[in-house]
Amino acid sequence: MAEPWEEEGPGTVKKFMYVNRKAPYGTIYALESLEVVLIAAAFEQDVSLAFLDDGVYELKKGQDTAGIGMKNFSPTYRALEGYDIEKLYVEAESLAERGLTEADLLVPVEVMSREALAKMMDEQDVILSF
Amino acid sequence: MSMLHTVNKSPFERNALDSCIKHALPGSAILLIEDGVYAAIKGTAHEGMVRDSMANHSLYVLGPDLLARGMSPEQVIDGISVVDYGGFVDLAVNHDKVQSWL
Amino acid sequence: MKFGILINEGPYQHQASDSAYLFTKAAIEKGHEIFRVFFYNDGVNNGTRLAVPPQDDRNITVRWSELAQQHNIDMVICIAAAQRRGLLDEGEAKRQGKDANNIAPGFRISGLGQLIEAGIQCDRLVVFGD
Repeated sequence: MAEPWEEEGPGTVKKFMYVNRKAPYGTIYALESLEVVLIAAAFEQDVSLAFLDDGVYELKKGQDTAGIGMKNFSPTYRALEGYDIEKLYVEAESLAERGLTEADLLVPVEVMSREALAKMMDEQDVILSF
Repeated sequence: MSMLHTVNKSPFERNALDSCIKHALPGSAILLIEDGVYAAIKGTAHEGMVRDSMANHSLYVLGPDLLARGMSPEQVIDGISVVDYGGFVDLAVNHDKVQSWL
Repeated sequence: MKFGILINEGPYQHQASDSAYLFTKAAIEKGHEIFRVFFYNDGVNNGTRLAVPPQDDRNITVRWSELAQQHNIDMVICIAAAQRRGLLDEGEAKRQGKDANNIAPGFRISGLGQLIEAGIQCDRLVVFGD
């Protein structure tokens, strides 16, 4: 039986972008955004993640949350590949502003200019931000 | 069709509007809501940034949020259109997607 | 046009739920369809029937319940976010061994897939958050 979301035909694939602009731990948005992405993977849509502004801090290597009693969810970004989510876009300007480089990130990503990322956003069907 | 961007933060508190303006492609629309409406007021330190963006973007501000905060449409920077919630809906309809700069 | 609405903040603390409500009402008045309102992050707290706001203030939860009833709107509370924050329907309360439930009329608890489905099905998904 067709699922309700397949009414438009099983071939309906939309471009979903998850925009991450917030740092982890201070608020729950980064973690719960990631939880949406993990579920989204099952829907066979064209999923990408954008990291800009403080969102780039989500991917910082070496996160150790032992001292704050919270779960370190950063390894999950490395698991995304196993869910066939491979489009991780990080904005070069946001990294540079924060004194970070690609080498500081815990997962392979595509670093792109603000201009390129803006164009990428414009090509989406659905933009989810938390 | 182009994108509708919404910004709900005061430009004095967060960089949401600044970031939105830097990412919104020419021809897209920016709607200021909630605390975002303070950016629409004449004579603030951010007026220059807002005016510059108006060369490339159509700017709108949500009237009920302005009035709630003691601001009147007369105080809004010339060229920014004041809309109500119905206007917000129309903007969402007339652009092919909505991005919220939270 | 078919709209999906995502609300990421709880009632009273933040204007997001109020803005979403007024947007939803205006969309209905203009003849648009609200496919679903999805409550995520602290937004799940919009669905508790146990809140008692001052009498001279709006009752955000009751307002949503009434709008949903009048216009047959599907209002979904994310189960994962709800479990974290203690928002339960009868089934969940039983399953988790809790002694009470608190979900308001017109709300239902379901998975994040309902949000993705809204993204696929709707012409526009509008996010209200912090």
